[in-house]
Order: sequence, then C-alpha cells, then structure tokens
Amino acid sequence: MSNLQHFTKGFIKENPIFVLLLGMCPTLGVTSSAINGLGMGLATAFVLIMSNMVISMVSSQIPDKVKIPSFIVIIAAFVTIISFLMEAYTPTLFLQLGVFIPLIVVNCIVLGRAEAFASKNKIIPSILDGAGMGLGFSMALTLLGSIREFLGSGKIFGISLFSDNYGMLIFVLAPGAFIALGYLIAIINRIKKA
Amino acid sequence: MAEKRESTFINMVLVLFVVTLVASAALAGVYELTKEPIAAAKLAKKLNAIKEVVPAFDNNPSDEAYKVGINEKDTLEFYPAKKDGKLVGTAVKTFTNKGFGGNVWIMVGFKPDGTVYNYSVLEHTETPGLGTKMVSWFKPTDQAREKSSIINKNPGTTNFTVSKDGGDIDAITAATISSRAFLDAIQTGYNEYMKNNQKKEEVSNE
Repeated sequence: MSNLQHFTKGFIKENPIFVLLLGMCPTLGVTSSAINGLGMGLATAFVLIMSNMVISMVSSQIPDKVKIPSFIVIIAAFVTIISFLMEAYTPTLFLQLGVFIPLIVVNCIVLGRAEAFASKNKIIPSILDGAGMGLGFSMALTLLGSIREFLGSGKIFGISLFSDNYGMLIFVLAPGAFIALGYLIAIINRIKKA
Repeated sequence: MAEKRESTFINMVLVLFVVTLVASAALAGVYELTKEPIAAAKLAKKLNAIKEVVPAFDNNPSDEAYKVGINEKDTLEFYPAKKDGKLVGTAVKTFTNKGFGGNVWIMVGFKPDGTVYNYSVLEHTETPGLGTKMVSWFKPTDQAREKSSIINKNPGTTNFTVSKDGGDIDAITAATISSRAFLDAIQTGYNEYMKNNQKKEEVSNE
C-alpha cells in the first residue's frame, strides 16, 4: 500500500464511522449540530495523529504484556492536552462537547488504529493513517451533524435556511441520530458497491 | 525494526515508569501554558454575563462579591453592580436541581427593589429544541408574549410559577419541567437576595 492510500482509505473505503462502525458513542452523542460534529472530529483527529506518531516510534521498546496500558497512557495524555487547549481557546465549544472530550480516551478508533496500524508500521505511514482516519471521522461527523441540524432546526452551521418552526425535533434528539446514521451507512454501502 | 523487548518484570516496570513520567511531564507543561488563558476565558464569560443582566455600572462586581450557601455543596454568588457608589443592581448566580437533565445555572440581575432586570442562562443540560429555549423564552421582544416574560416583574408581587400551576408566567411550549426549574432558580435567587438585603439594611440602620 502506498503512502497516499494510507491517507485516503480513511475517507470512504475504511471510513471509521460508515464502514468500520467504530466510535459510535460520540458519533451519536455530539452530532446534534454541524459545528459540534466538526469540533469533535478535529479533536479526535489531533489525538489520532499524535498518538499514532508517538506509538509507531516507541512500540518496539514496549514489551507486549504492558502494550495496552502504555498506549492508553499515551492516548490519555494527548486527550488531556487537547481538552486543556479547547478549554482555553474555544470555551463555548468545549462546554457543548462536555463529557465527550475526555471520552476520546476510550474511543475505539484511537486505540484500534494504535493497535492495528501504528504499532506495526513506521512513523510516516502511521501519521498519514492517523490523519486519514481522523479527517474521515471529522467528515462523517460533520455530515451527520449537518443533516441532523438541517432537518431538526433548519440550520447548517448555525445559519438559518428555513424557520425552525418547521424543524423535525426528533432529528436533534437521540432517535434522529440512529435514523440519519442508518440511512447514511446505506447510501455509502450502495456507493461502494457501484 | 529493533528487536522487541522481552516481557520481563524489570522491563515492564521500566517501560511503564518512563511512559507515565513523560506523559505527566508533558501534561504539567501544557497545564502551565493554558492555566492563564483558561482562567481569563472563565472570568470574561462571568463578566459578560454580569454585564448583560444588570444596568450599566462602573465598579468591579467581582471585588464585592459575596456568597450564600444553601447547603454544603451549592452556593449562590452575588455580584453587586454600582454606579458612582450607588447600588444599581445585583447579579445573582443561582441554580436549581429540578431541571429535566440536571442542574441549571442562571445569572439573574435584580434591581435594588428585587425587580428582575435581565437574566442569562450559564449552564444547563436540558433537551435541545425544547428546554434549551429558556435561553430567550423568558425575555420576549414580542409584546404578544408578555405573559411569558419575567423582565421587569418582581417575584415579590408576581407569582413566579408556571400558569399551569396557578402562577403568572407562561411556560415554554412542551417544556413545562424546564420552565418550572427555571422559575425555581429565579425564585431561589430572589429569596436569598431579599434576605441579605434586609440584613444589610438592618446593619446600616443600627
């Protein structure tokens, strides 16, 4: 696999949300608006890139039996760093995402890529893999957030497109997340087959 | 790639020790770097909320702030706003635990006689699209919705409960629980504010 493929596979072919179905918890939880989805996606992308990079550098030095605890410590350190940064420079977004920022630690995508890819590959492919997966995740979350925001309150990124009196409230709530995600996965599957 | 390290006891201890040491050092560094911006962001948010809910003032309300504990964990914070040394209003950081999704924190401004000047919702976890409407519902600009407004009303003379419960304020459509919680928070803030006001007057009369 070439370096370019390591990067691009995260968008459609191995998209973490639509194809791998990893990290569903934040996906369904934070995508009530496009900006929340984008913020969460980029925060996760940062953690993915940094943890993939560090883990690919140190994994040869880590004995197998303490591999998972070491990876978790590395990932948790980056999550805490991004949460400090967000609290300092984007306080509104930080408040809205709330508990989902610290929960990036236990997001299956991050540990999954660390274990399945970064610990077995060299540093450059690992960074590209993290970037591709992270941006694919951001893309999926932003898409899902836009659809839910549009159907639920008539806005995209907070810009009104029609009066929110006509919004379908269910799409802002939890059931709407499942419905929208289900249809999106169906569409992606159809595209992949064609 | 270098030879994999054996999982011997000494190796595992060593590796975990180094990993945690480096991680905590990095975190300490970032914490130091972001400590000031975080504190500044929080302070700016609080000052903005105070500015929004009381008439124009020229003192620093945080300097004269006082706190009242309702129980051990939760306290109300009072920020007196003064202009030319005269009290023009008090911003009260009040809360309720009756919200639909947990505690609701509100900054509400009272004029010296206890009339509501304005309010601003600080933190809440109400249902999006329903309870979240409390952010603007109780300060309508539309005259037709006067009954749902709390602005310029005094909790001492107006019954600050939802009309469903026999009160004088119209609840948010389809979010009666959030409305009850909101009014409960305002009422708590008013009660404590008046209690302290009276105490202070007694002190100055003596």
